[in-house]
Amino acid sequence: MTSPDQIRCEEVISHLLDYLDGEIDDEKRQQIERHLQDCRGCFSRAEFEKELKKRIKQVGTQKPPRSLQRRLKALIDQF
Amino acid sequence: MGNHVDDCRFFRAEFERLTDRLYGIALRLTGNSAAAEDLVSEAVVKAWRNLGQLNDRRSFPKWMLRILTNTFVSDCRKARQEPTIVIEDEGEEQFSLFEQLHQPFLLWWGNPERDLISKLVREDVERALDNLPDGLRAVVVMVEIEGYSYAEVAATLGIPIGTVRSRLNRARSMLQRALWRQAREAGLTTAA
Repeated sequence: MTSPDQIRCEEVISHLLDYLDGEIDDEKRQQIERHLQDCRGCFSRAEFEKELKKRIKQVGTQKPPRSLQRRLKALIDQF
Repeated sequence: MGNHVDDCRFFRAEFERLTDRLYGIALRLTGNSAAAEDLVSEAVVKAWRNLGQLNDRRSFPKWMLRILTNTFVSDCRKARQEPTIVIEDEGEEQFSLFEQLHQPFLLWWGNPERDLISKLVREDVERALDNLPDGLRAVVVMVEIEGYSYAEVAATLGIPIGTVRSRLNRARSMLQRALWRQAREAGLTTAA
């Protein structure tokens, strides 16, 4: 049985990505964090989603091709 | 705004540090390298013209990335390729990669979900992301790569926050399903 300030796994999972995005109110965030300290299944899922978010973030950085480097240099030289 | 020489020096130095991020984000937003090159070039010109409006120069990276994204959104609107237009609901069930992989009884002996993440290469993630419909991909890029809040995405795209949330959920589900398919095709997982 859960106490009034405890939440169930289903609720944690339904709010997990909002939580990881920082899009959740303080009270819910604290409830989720308490739950993650005690529940290995939800903790594993949170770690997995965090790692996946990290991998997605990494593809937002890429060395530009030489053609763009030349084009940008020419542009900035005109400023 | 400082004098022209100082402004040029500042802009050049800041821009140089940011080039890989600008191109990477442009590539993910547009889905192709020619369009990404045009987008970065257009954003650079806009940023230079508006440099005087940047009060706190320490916030140049964030400001510059906003210009890039706003330029993308406004170019899409001009071309009537509204990045916000997506089919709202295809009745597709939410898909979770974790649920496909996780095996609770293996907790102490193995971790299939961690194994899969460690086997994914950059190209896997790029392919899954680039294959999302434009309107969904834009939301993922803004939130996951650029770190926009849902409210900022809503303001940029002119849609309600609830719609941002539902598009993000749908995009993540499609992305994870694509990664799952790719992983199975490449033999990266033996899970059924």
